[in-house]
Amino acid sequence: MKYAFFPGCSLESTAWDFDKSVRAVCGALDIELEEIPAWVCCGSTPAHASNASLAVALPVVSLLKARAMGHPVLTACASCYARLRTANHKILSDADQRQRTERIIGQPYDGRVEVLHLLDVLANRAGPDVIRAKVRQPLEGLRVACYYGCLLTRPPEIVAFDDPEHPSCMDDLLAAAGADPVKWPFKTECCGAGLAITNCDVVNRLSHRLLSMAARAGAECLAVACPLCQANLDMRQADARKAHGDIPDIPILYVTQLLGLALGLAPEDLGIEALMVSAGSLLARAGIGAGGATEGS
Amino acid sequence: MPGALEWNDSTFLREVERLSSAPVSACFQCHKCSTGCPIGAEMDLLPSQVMRLIHLGADREVLESQAIWLCASCEACTTRCPMGIDVAGVMDALRMMAVQRKVALPDARGEQFNRSFLRSVRRHGRVYELGMLTAYKLRSRHLFADVDKAPKMLARGKLSLLPRPSGSAGEVKEVFKRAGEQEDKR
Repeated sequence: MKYAFFPGCSLESTAWDFDKSVRAVCGALDIELEEIPAWVCCGSTPAHASNASLAVALPVVSLLKARAMGHPVLTACASCYARLRTANHKILSDADQRQRTERIIGQPYDGRVEVLHLLDVLANRAGPDVIRAKVRQPLEGLRVACYYGCLLTRPPEIVAFDDPEHPSCMDDLLAAAGADPVKWPFKTECCGAGLAITNCDVVNRLSHRLLSMAARAGAECLAVACPLCQANLDMRQADARKAHGDIPDIPILYVTQLLGLALGLAPEDLGIEALMVSAGSLLARAGIGAGGATEGS
Repeated sequence: MPGALEWNDSTFLREVERLSSAPVSACFQCHKCSTGCPIGAEMDLLPSQVMRLIHLGADREVLESQAIWLCASCEACTTRCPMGIDVAGVMDALRMMAVQRKVALPDARGEQFNRSFLRSVRRHGRVYELGMLTAYKLRSRHLFADVDKAPKMLARGKLSLLPRPSGSAGEVKEVFKRAGEQEDKR
């Protein structure tokens, strides 16, 4: 299956490791990605908090380019995903909004370019069985807390590829890769990434709450599928500890980095070295990646 | 409170409902939005209190609150509201009204960040993080917050020194211009 890939701004900068691991894992699973040429920013929260017309028009600029390619859109960023899906939803459900948007972009758009999140494609189009069949380096016994955050599952009228309160697709994928996903209650609690620049104190509290719960549940690392969650939990871990008390170092890995390791890809093809809280000793202890890959090659 | 519970197009309630397309009047104060709000602890008004004050026409209390800028847009309230009110969408509408009415913001950082972010998108078609962050810091005068992160990010290639504009940057400028015009007519 071929998709029109919408990387989004984060995957070009703060989350280049997500970009690299998404492309590597999709390659290994025969999911073909063709980047949307000259895509533009989805507008993210600053647009929907400032100008409702802009918040729909910006995603539509890229959706029209994807329509010309003739493939469904695949995006890996949870925020881009929510904004692109919301734009389609508004166009389909609000005639005024559609009219306004068409006036802004200067051409008709019916809101029907399909937009999928990478996790949806991995879990529901490829599926855990495909992963299981291709595992070359099982993540044997790696205790991982799967963290979905807010925008992958909410609101369900707009995103809906998993349960909004108890999602499980990431757990199923990583279990298929041999890992041991822990049960924990904060899978969809917000990490506050939207406030990361403006209100660090709030974000430190939320991050600390999430990380300490993951540690209590026995997790050695977190798996995420959102560049904002990753940046927030990885980069602010030290600040969260300073402000709210000691917690163990918890590497925050992209789900594609973990799946990539399980599929036998080399850590350097997955950007593992870009993590702030290093996963090196954790993976070495579990005999994954660095140890396994260099010995094998 | 002048205007309280008056049911005509000029009331605050009707204006919020029109801008957000959310049936705020249906709120019966179950507080589910406030119970699940991750930022409730820091808010001066809880989301359910914001809904109630909108009913009462207390526009100043609502628009001058910190709560509308602390909302993280996580959509937990929107997902759980039994009356189908898009509470997070109402917060967006309130932020826009506060800016449009030039309300004295208790903390302007949220608005300054949004402005810096969108300027970057308007110029490049994509966000140029380093430029956007510098603009925000100058605007908010919070110059040193988080500067310790920058060297680590640069070392890992997570902050690009130069913008990487979209090939559609010109088109995006037009979209901004026209979206501004459409928004003024709403």
